[in-house]
Parts: sequence; C-alpha cells; structure tokens
Amino acid sequence: MAPDTQRATRFIQQREKNVNEPAQEPIIIVESVYKRFKRVHALSDVSLTVQQGEVVVVVGPSGSGKSTLLRCLNHLESVDGGRIIVDGIHLTDKATDINQVRAEIGMVFQQFNLFPHLTVLENIALAQRVVRKRGDEESEQVARDLLDKVGIPEKASNYPSQLSGGQQQRVAIARALAMNPKIMLFDEPTSALDPEMIKEVLDVMLALAQEGMTMVVVSHEMGFAKAAADRTIFMDEGRIIEVGVRDQLFTAPTHERTKLFLSKVLH
Amino acid sequence: MQNMPWWALILALLGLFLLFQILNNEDYHRAFVFLLAGIRLTVIITLTAYVVAATIGLIAGLGRVSDHLIPYTISTLYVELIRGVPMLVQLIYVAFVVVPMGISAINGLGGWILHVPALAGTLHGPAQWMVERSIRNVDMTTRGIIGLAIGYGAYEAEVYRAGIQSIEKGQMEAARSLGMNYFQAMRYIILPQAIRRVLPPLGNDFIAMLKDSSLLSALAVRELTQLGKLNRASTFRTFETWNTVTFLYLTMTVLLSMLVKLLERRLAID
Ligand SMILES: Nc1ncnc2c1ncn2[C@@H]1O[C@H](COP(=O)(O)OP(=O)(O)OP(=O)(O)O)[C@@H](O)[C@H]1O
Ligand SMILES: [Mg+2]
Repeated sequence: MAPDTQRATRFIQQREKNVNEPAQEPIIIVESVYKRFKRVHALSDVSLTVQQGEVVVVVGPSGSGKSTLLRCLNHLESVDGGRIIVDGIHLTDKATDINQVRAEIGMVFQQFNLFPHLTVLENIALAQRVVRKRGDEESEQVARDLLDKVGIPEKASNYPSQLSGGQQQRVAIARALAMNPKIMLFDEPTSALDPEMIKEVLDVMLALAQEGMTMVVVSHEMGFAKAAADRTIFMDEGRIIEVGVRDQLFTAPTHERTKLFLSKVLH
Repeated sequence: MQNMPWWALILALLGLFLLFQILNNEDYHRAFVFLLAGIRLTVIITLTAYVVAATIGLIAGLGRVSDHLIPYTISTLYVELIRGVPMLVQLIYVAFVVVPMGISAINGLGGWILHVPALAGTLHGPAQWMVERSIRNVDMTTRGIIGLAIGYGAYEAEVYRAGIQSIEKGQMEAARSLGMNYFQAMRYIILPQAIRRVLPPLGNDFIAMLKDSSLLSALAVRELTQLGKLNRASTFRTFETWNTVTFLYLTMTVLLSMLVKLLERRLAID
C-alpha cells in the first residue's frame, strides 16, 4: 500500500500544477441530459464537464443512472434531451459518425465482455485491424505491448475462458487501450471480481490515471477514488446530487442522501 | 438390458435384411439399379436447394434481428407467409405461379430496356436475352429446387435469428464500443459465435430437406420417390419397390443424423 500512496501523492501534486494552467475546452461536456426508459427517468437534467486528463469517479445506489450516464457518453444509449459533446463532436448530431467517436472512447464493462471465440491477442488486435486499419503485424505488436503493460504477456494465445476474472478484465482494458482512446469509461470494473483480484485491476487503472488518461469511473472502490479521483460525483434517482473535489465526497459529504448512501456502502 | 438401443439393433437388422435382398433377389436388385439415378438427383437437389436456402436464411435472419423497419418487415412477412403454407403447396405454387411470373417480369424488364433509347444501346444484348426467356427454359427440377430453397429459407431464417439472439447483448456492445459498425460487429463478433450454436439445427434441417425433396415427385421430377413410382408402374413389384425406396431414404438420413450428433458433441466440447 505504501508505494501506492506515495505514487498517488506525487500524482496529485502534478495534478494541482495542471489545475493552475489556463483552462482549456473540456473534453466531455454533458448539458442538461435527460434519458427515459418507458416510465423510468434514468437521467434527469444531468450536466457535467470533464477536463482533459481528469479522473472522475461516479458513485450512487443501484438504479441511480450511473451506467446510463456512461453509456450515453459513447452513445450506446441515445439521449432524449440535452446534448453531449465529446472532444468537440456533438454526439446528438445526425451527421456525426458515431463509430469514429467511439473509437476514441474506450469502455470497460462490469462483465468484461471479452470475445470468447478469439484468443486474448486477437481480442486486442481485432478492432485495430477492422476499425483503425492497422496491419496484422502492427496490431499484434500493439497488443503484445499492452499485454505487457497490464502484466499478463504469457496469456496472449489463451482464450478468455482460460483466464481468471482479474486477468480477463485486464485484457478488456488492454483491448480498449489498443484503439489509443482519448477517454476511458469504466462501469464497475471490479464489482464482478473476487476480492483478491480487485487490486490487480485497480493498479492498472491507477497507472493509467497517472499517465494522464481522461477517465470516468463508476466504482465504489474508495481506495481508487482516494488515489486517483480529481472529482467524485454522487448520483441518485437520475440526478447528480453532489460533486466533491478529489475524495472529499467520501470524507466530508454534505448532502443527507450522500451521507446515507455512504454509510451503507462503506464499512 | 434397459439401456440397450434395441431400436437401433432392429433397424440395423432390417437394413441388413434388405441389403441381402438387394444383392440376392432379382426384383429387389432391378428396383435398386433403377433407383440409383434417383438417389443421384435427390442428393443434387438437396445440396443445391440447401445452399440457397441457407443463404436466403442468413439474409432473412439478419433482417429479423434488424432494428430497421424495412428489412425487418420484409423478412418477417416472408417467414410468416411461408410457415403458414404446406410445403407441397409451396412447391406447386412456386413451380406454376412464382416462376412463370418471374419469367414475365424478366420479359417485361427486357422489353422496357429495349424501348428506352438511353439503355437500349449499351444493354441490347442482355435485354434481348431477357425478352427471349420463356417458361420452357426453366425445367421442373430447377423450379422444384427454387421452391424448396424458398420454403426452407424461412425456417433457416428462424434458426439464424435464434442463434444471433442467443449471443449476449454485451458482445455487440463491446464490439460497438470499440468503434466497429453494426455489420463489422455482426461479421467478426456475433456471427462466428452464432454459427457454432446453429450448426446442429442447420444439420437437422438438411436431413428434413432431404426427406421433403420427395415432394418434387408431385412435379414429376425424376428423383428417388418419382423413380419408385415409375418402377412400380412398370414392374408391378409394389412391395419390393417401396421397401427399397424406404431403405435408401433411411440409410441416408440415419447416416446424416449420426454425423449431426457427432458435430453436436464436437461443438459441445469446445
Ligand atoms: N435498457 C433499459 N431498459 C429499461 N430500463 C432501463 C434500461 N437500462 C436502465 N434502465 C433503468 O434505468 C435506471 C438507471 O439504470 P442504470 O443501469 O443506469 O443504473 P446504475 O446506477 O448503473 O445501477 P447499478 O448500480 O445497479 O448498475 C434503472 O431504473 C434501470 O432499471
Ligand atoms: Mg450500472
């Protein structure tokens, strides 16, 4: 734990320097977004901006709209009202090539969603070839480098079913990174994992945060929020209730609902 | 004793008995030799119609799972229409209504091209060919194959649809989140997984089609059943003829279903 904390402190100091620099256009702008599923208001008047290199952690009770918010950011769900601008591109515009935008946004799912019929290496290489039009050799090299980075180079020719949950999730992260995304979205990346595997995934995410990746992370892992979050957001019933700088939401929540929620999830 | 596959043993004994007859009894032997050409045509018809049906089925199956109204509507209409009509009626309908109508349409299109000056110059050859098509150019075997393919295409469409829908939603979402478009995701992620799940039902439908090809005897196509009828008519050996026909169908279907079972087991292991 100690080296992690050191790393994190250094990292936060770097971050604070960045904050003093002149503000640039946010890489994600969410403006008064509404999303409804039949009777359920999954998102109501949600607004949020994320700066380049920022790490935003989202928490909230089940059904509060965290996944929906994330899925709207790469247009896996379309919004019913408001607008979303990612890297200067309006997702709601009819003219927008959504596939091009998605290639710039990596997404990591709770259930990993690796492609079971492909080897680990092919999982990471496929979209590079199909979407990025890279050659076989290049995409394979990128895949191998990323497997090194997430710490499982020896699993390249295995199938996903032969890997532990933690290893699968690291492959999923590598698969997303292979597209060289500008933004990474994580939807409860560790909540399907056995406790002993959570750390190996969080470590990869932490390293990514320290490299300056823009990240929106739905997770109740306080350790990660402490070490990496620039802001933490609490959602309930489709709304953003409270936003805290770094991990202040956990240490000093102001809203009653936030306090109540935290008292339930933190032990 | 309970677990013994007695039925298989009895079936095998009956088969051996008939094989013995074919080799030793002159009536059986003559029937068998006469029917050989029918087996050949039955196999050709089934193979051809099946390849077409599997292709139509894939396309219509993709339409069935499409979010777009037009492909969804067309393929659903096709599936529902076909599934409500007996196979024999479909075959007759295709042979005597659809194909002649298709020929008229081709004639009409050719004539129209010849009347449009802008097209008549460059497309004169093909247009002339289209105008000259006649119903006599399409023999009954071809019409039967078209009918079987259209009919079975609807069933294969449902097989593919079920296979595609059995793949978890997360697979499509993961593929799309990487920037693949719908067709790339289908081609590289969904279909390769779906195919493994639909191979056994596709195999079973091949067997079903082999049996249904006997309906082409209603169009006087000289496949196995039709040759059975002809052999009976010329020899009056009813018993021997239909024993042999039945034996031949059973031999083919039993062998094929063993193959499908093998395939099923193989896929289950992976
Ligand atoms: N595809 C859908 N169809 C219908 N309702 C949906 C759909 N997706 C989400 N919802 C509803 O929208 C609301 C918000 O769901 P969402 O998945 O965003 O919540 P969440 O905060 O991610 O919850 P969890 O912590 O359980 O993952 C819930 O009430 C959910 O039932
Ligand atoms: Mg969720």
